[in-house]
Amino acid sequence: MQLRRWEPTVLPLLTALAVLAVWEIGVRVSGTKVFPSPAEVGRGLEELLRKGLLWRYTADSLLRVGSGYLLAILVGIPLGLALGWYPLAARAANPLIQMLRPISPLAWIPVAIVLFGVGNESAVFLIFLASFFPILVSTMTGVRGVPPMFRLAGANFGLSIAALLRRVVFPAALPHMIVGLRIALGIAWLVVVAAEMIAVDSGLGYLVIDSRNAGKRYDLVIAGMILIGLIGLGLDIGMRRLERLKSVRWGFLND
Amino acid sequence: MLAWDILIRWSPGGLLPRPWEVVQGLTELAQKGLLFKYIVASLFRVTWGYVAAAVLAIPFGLMLGWHRRGELALNPLIQILRPISPLAWIPISILWFGVGDVAALFLIFMASFLPLTVTAMNAVKNILPTHLNAGRNFGLSPAQIVLKVIYPSVMPQLIAGLRITLGIAWLVVVAAEMIAVNSGLGFLIIDARNAGNRYDLVVAGMVMIGLIGLVLDLGMRRLEKLKSLRWGYASE
Amino acid sequence: MTPPSRTTARETKLRVQGVNKVFTRDGKSVNVLEDIDLEIRDGEFVCLLGPSGCGKSTLLNIVAGFTPPTSGQVYIDGEPVTGPDPRRIFVFQERGVFPWLTVEGNIGFGLFRLPPKEKARRIAHYVKLVGLSGFEQAYPAELSGGMKQRLEVARALAVNPDMLFLDEPFGALDSITRLLMRSELLRIWEAEKKTILFVTHDIEESVQLADRVVVMSARPAKIQRVVEIDIPHPRDISSPRYLKLRDGIFEEIGLAHKV
Ligand SMILES: Nc1ncnc2c1ncn2[C@@H]1O[C@H](COP(=O)(O)OP(=O)(O)OP(=O)(O)O)[C@@H](O)[C@H]1O
Ligand SMILES: [Mg+2]
Repeated sequence: MQLRRWEPTVLPLLTALAVLAVWEIGVRVSGTKVFPSPAEVGRGLEELLRKGLLWRYTADSLLRVGSGYLLAILVGIPLGLALGWYPLAARAANPLIQMLRPISPLAWIPVAIVLFGVGNESAVFLIFLASFFPILVSTMTGVRGVPPMFRLAGANFGLSIAALLRRVVFPAALPHMIVGLRIALGIAWLVVVAAEMIAVDSGLGYLVIDSRNAGKRYDLVIAGMILIGLIGLGLDIGMRRLERLKSVRWGFLND
Repeated sequence: MLAWDILIRWSPGGLLPRPWEVVQGLTELAQKGLLFKYIVASLFRVTWGYVAAAVLAIPFGLMLGWHRRGELALNPLIQILRPISPLAWIPISILWFGVGDVAALFLIFMASFLPLTVTAMNAVKNILPTHLNAGRNFGLSPAQIVLKVIYPSVMPQLIAGLRITLGIAWLVVVAAEMIAVNSGLGFLIIDARNAGNRYDLVVAGMVMIGLIGLVLDLGMRRLEKLKSLRWGYASE
Repeated sequence: MTPPSRTTARETKLRVQGVNKVFTRDGKSVNVLEDIDLEIRDGEFVCLLGPSGCGKSTLLNIVAGFTPPTSGQVYIDGEPVTGPDPRRIFVFQERGVFPWLTVEGNIGFGLFRLPPKEKARRIAHYVKLVGLSGFEQAYPAELSGGMKQRLEVARALAVNPDMLFLDEPFGALDSITRLLMRSELLRIWEAEKKTILFVTHDIEESVQLADRVVVMSARPAKIQRVVEIDIPHPRDISSPRYLKLRDGIFEEIGLAHKV
C-alpha cells in the first residue's frame, strides 16, 4: 500500500474537520444551552488570554509540576542508585516501597492537607509522591539490569565506587530510567490537575472545576481541557526527545 | 510501623492517627458493613470502565496499527486527547451523566481507552517483518497469520500496557470518587476528612487502596510471567 | 621482519599456582578447574585453547582478579592478585565497549588521572593505531563488529597496561574481519610489547597468533599440553611446520582433521 504524498498532511486535517463538524452539529441539533460549540470555546480561550489568566494558570500548574518532579528526581535517583547497588538495602526497603507505591497519590490529599495546609506545598507534595515511586523503581531496576561486564570493565580501569556509579552504572541504567521519568511526568501531570481541583485555587485544574462550579462556564472548562492536553503533549514530546539523544538511544535500539 | 508510630507521637497537631487507631478504624468500618460496600463499589467501577475500554480499544488499536492510513488520520487526534488528564473530564462527565456511577465509569473509560489504543497500535507496528515473512513463507493463510504470528507477537506488549493502564484506572477511580460520587474508597477518604476529621478512617482508606492496588498489579504481573509470554520481557 | 626476541631469557610475568575452582549452584558443586599451573614470561603471547564450556573464561577471570579461585594463587610480577588492576586490562567480546560513550569517550575512559592535554594526545594516538580515524565522535551502535572490537582493544591499550587478557575477542566476527584483526593484534603486540593471554577455541587462530598454545581438557579442565609455536611472524600458514603443529593440536584434542 503506497501512500500518496498528500496523505500524511491531508488525512489528519480531514479528521480535525470531521471532529469539529460533528461537535458543531451535535451542539446545534441537541439545542443544548450549556455545552459550548467550537467557536465558543475559541472565544473562551481568547477571554482567558485577555484576562491574563491563561498564562498565570499555566505557569502555576507547570511550576507545581516542575518543583514536585524535580524534588522527586533529586531524591529518587540517588536513592534508586544506592538501593540498586546494594541488594541488601533494597531487600530491607522493598516492603515499605511495595506498600506505599500502589496507594493512589490522590488518596494522600487529606494527609497532604493536614501536613501542609491548603496551598502550594500540598500540591507539590502530591506531585512529589506521584513521580517519586516510578522514578525510584525504574532507577533500581535499571541499575540491577546493568550487565556485570560493564561493571567489571569499569572496575578494571581502577575506578572508585563513587566513580563507578557515576561513570558506568548511571549511564548504563539511564535508558531504563528515562522511560520511568517519562511515565512519572505523565502521572505528575495527571495528578496536578486533580490536586488543583481539590487543594488549591489556581492552575489549570482549578480553572476546569471552578468554571463549572461558578456559573457553568463550559466553554472555559473545555478551553482548560484543551490547554491541559496540549501541555501534556508538549511534555511527552520533550521526554521522547531525550530518549533520542545519542548517549541514551543505544538502550532503545532493538538489534 | 514502629517509625510511623514514633513519628506520629512526636509530630504536632495530633490529627494523624497511629497504626493501632487505623486498625480500629478498619474494624469499625468492617462492622458497619461500609468497608465491604465501598470496596465493591470501587472495584465495580474500575472493572466495568476498564473492561469496556479494553474491549473497544484493543481491536481499534490493532486495526489502526495495521492500516497505516487509519493511523495517519487518527493519531494526531489521539495524541492531543491522550494527555488530557482523565480528571479534567469530570465536569463534562457530570454534565452528561449527572453525579453517579455512570459519570465515574465514563472517567475510568476515558482514562483507559486511549492508552490501550496506543499500546495496541504500537504493538502491531513493532511486529518484526521477519516474523510476518516467515509466516507467509510457510504458506499460512491470513487468518492463520493473525492467529499464529500477530496474536502471539502483540500479547507481551498488550499485557504490559494493560497492567500500566489498570494502575492508572485505579488512580482515577479514587479521584473520581472524591469528586463525583458518594460511595467507594475515594469517597470514604474525602468524607472521613470533611465530616469530622476522622483521620483514622482516612488512613484506613489509604491502606485499603494501597492493598487493592498491589493485588491488581500482582495479578497483572502473574500474566506477564506466563511461559508463552515471557520471551517478550526477557530482553529487558 | 625479525621475530620478537623471545630467545632472550625473560622474567616470569604471570604465575598460576595450583588453582582450583569449584562452582556451587543449587546445592550441587561443579569442579571447573583442577590444579592449574602455568607460567607466562614477560612479553609473551599465550593462547588458552580448549573445548567450549571447559573453563577458559573462568581461568581468565581468576587471573584478571574478577573472581577469586577456590584454592591456589595467582602471582603477577611476584605479587599475589587480589582484584582487578588497571595495569592489566580485560578485553571482553565486542559487547564490552560502553554504548553511551563515543569512540573518543571509550578510549579516554580509563585516562581520568591524566591532564586533559596528555589525555587528548593519547586518545588521538590510539584512534589512529586501531584505524578508527574519522569515527572519533561515532557511537558504538554506528560501528561494525570489527570496529567495536578494535575500539575495545584501543580502550585497553590507552591506559598503557603491561598485560592484556582477551576472552575470545574475535569470536563474533566474520572470517575475513577475524583474519585482519589477528594481524592487527600482532602488529600492536609487537609495537607495544605487551604480555598477552588470549582465550580461543579456534585451533587455527591459536597457532597463527601464539608463542605458546596451552591446550586444556574438557571439564574439569586441566592443562593437557603446552605447545611451543616456534615459527617467526609473519607466519606462512601453508608451511609444513605450521601444518605439523596445527595437526598435532588437532590430534591432541582428539579430532580427525577432516570435514
Ligand atoms: N558463576 C558460575 N556459577 C556456576 N557455574 C559457572 C559459573 N560460571 C561458569 N560456570 C560453569 O563453569 C564452566 C566453565 O565455564 P567457562 O565460561 O569458563 O567456559 P569457557 O571455557 O569459557 O567456555 P566457552 O568457550 O563456551 O566460552 C561451565 O560449565 C559453566 O557452566
Ligand atoms: Mg568463555
